[in-house]
Amino acid sequence: MALIKCSDLTLGYENIVLAEHLNLEVNSGEYWCITGENGTGKSTFMKTVLGLRKPLAGTISYGDGLEKNNIGYLPQQMQYQKDFPASVNEVVISGFQGKTGLRPFYNKAEKEQARRNIEKFGLAELADRCYRELSGGQQQRVLLARALCATGKVLLLDEPVTGLDPKVTEEFYELIKKINREDNITVIMISHDLEACRKYATHVLNFGEKITTEEIKHD
Amino acid sequence: MTKLISYLQYPFVRNALIVGVLIALCASLLGVTLVLKRFSFIGDGLSHVAFGAISIAAVAGITNDTLFTMIVTVVSAVLILGGGRYAKIKGDASIAMISVSALALGYLLTNVFSTSSNVSGDVCSTLFGSTLILTLSRADVILCITVSIVVVALFIFFYNKIFAVTFDEDFARATGTRADVYNYLIAIIIAVIVVLAMNLVGSLLISALVVFPAMSAMRVFKSFKKVTICSAVLSVICAFSGMVIAILAGTPVGSTIVVTDIVAFVLFSIVGKITEGRI
Repeated sequence: MALIKCSDLTLGYENIVLAEHLNLEVNSGEYWCITGENGTGKSTFMKTVLGLRKPLAGTISYGDGLEKNNIGYLPQQMQYQKDFPASVNEVVISGFQGKTGLRPFYNKAEKEQARRNIEKFGLAELADRCYRELSGGQQQRVLLARALCATGKVLLLDEPVTGLDPKVTEEFYELIKKINREDNITVIMISHDLEACRKYATHVLNFGEKITTEEIKHD
Repeated sequence: MTKLISYLQYPFVRNALIVGVLIALCASLLGVTLVLKRFSFIGDGLSHVAFGAISIAAVAGITNDTLFTMIVTVVSAVLILGGGRYAKIKGDASIAMISVSALALGYLLTNVFSTSSNVSGDVCSTLFGSTLILTLSRADVILCITVSIVVVALFIFFYNKIFAVTFDEDFARATGTRADVYNYLIAIIIAVIVVLAMNLVGSLLISALVVFPAMSAMRVFKSFKKVTICSAVLSVICAFSGMVIAILAGTPVGSTIVVTDIVAFVLFSIVGKITEGRI
């Protein structure tokens, strides 16, 4: 069964339709890149999949044991995060928030997992540092570690490399690839970087005049 | 010092100190969240609403005006904050509209229907705080202590959720946290605090209690937990020393507390510059 299945989806705002008749199945372990011009509905699509927006028509269903609180998300950076007094530790562990229900504090297993994620992305030495004082690449790794606290199945990323320099961008892509291959986490990424899409993705979803999907074969 | 001790003999002075410290503590807890959500003026806006509500209560002859004011203020807070980022009218504009409407309406009503001979005196004491804090009844003190304990308990219980919703509302929503519920909770708590705090500093100065401790703490500390703890402690110290100075020097309580907060902010800014985030 598909991890995420979109049936005859119509996306948009109140009276502006951005995309119609979108049918899509994302299966476990795949790596999707979403491309297209600005304003064609890429971000809206992602927000709809995340449940932040309601689709104008059609349905999205989760399968394969995927639950609402089991989705990892790496949003576009918002301005106010940049002056937020929060340590790396605090940000990463907040990824578990959706799973705690009414329990007020994080348990041992969650703290342990957060620590492992911090180490995994080479952030151990920065764990007590302030998030806002990190470089762009470090900040993205922190948000990635947080997203992986929230999920073991699927990771959605909204233009994650915006503002990163080429070297850091390359490192970041390698990191995503590793998560995708080694941890078998499905990746859905909005990107303007067509070259990287062809290099890493298994599937491309392009928003344009028409919505097209393409499978990319890697040797 | 002997003067202070002699003042402390009076129960109303002790009550005022207890209530003042508790209000300052509560106000500072949510300060960080409100500053970061760009809602610094929420305290101001809501206090204008509370001012309007008090005027209406007085004109309509409602006896339990604290309760009435609290309900009106809570409803306004829910309207302002609850909409969140997806509201049609954005945060600061809706605060401005609701608050000036309430202020104008309140003053108009007081002027037209007032039975008091000293309208401007009444209005002035509502706006800048009065000696009211020194004349609190036993019931007021108990109400204040109860509400403060509830606020602190709610804050501790939902601490991690408030952090998640403040830091990144979209992420919190996307991963299944019911961000709306917590936005409403924050709105309700802040409204209750504002109504209580009007007794202490008056409606024009409430923002100071909300904003200054959080901003001072943010100069020096870099994690949410440390900033929150520091701003709570700082707020309590400033409120306490402000009140003591006010009592000893005979200055207005509200403005003295705010000046203490300003002094603390300046000190923390200097400390922040020196340590450069090494704490």
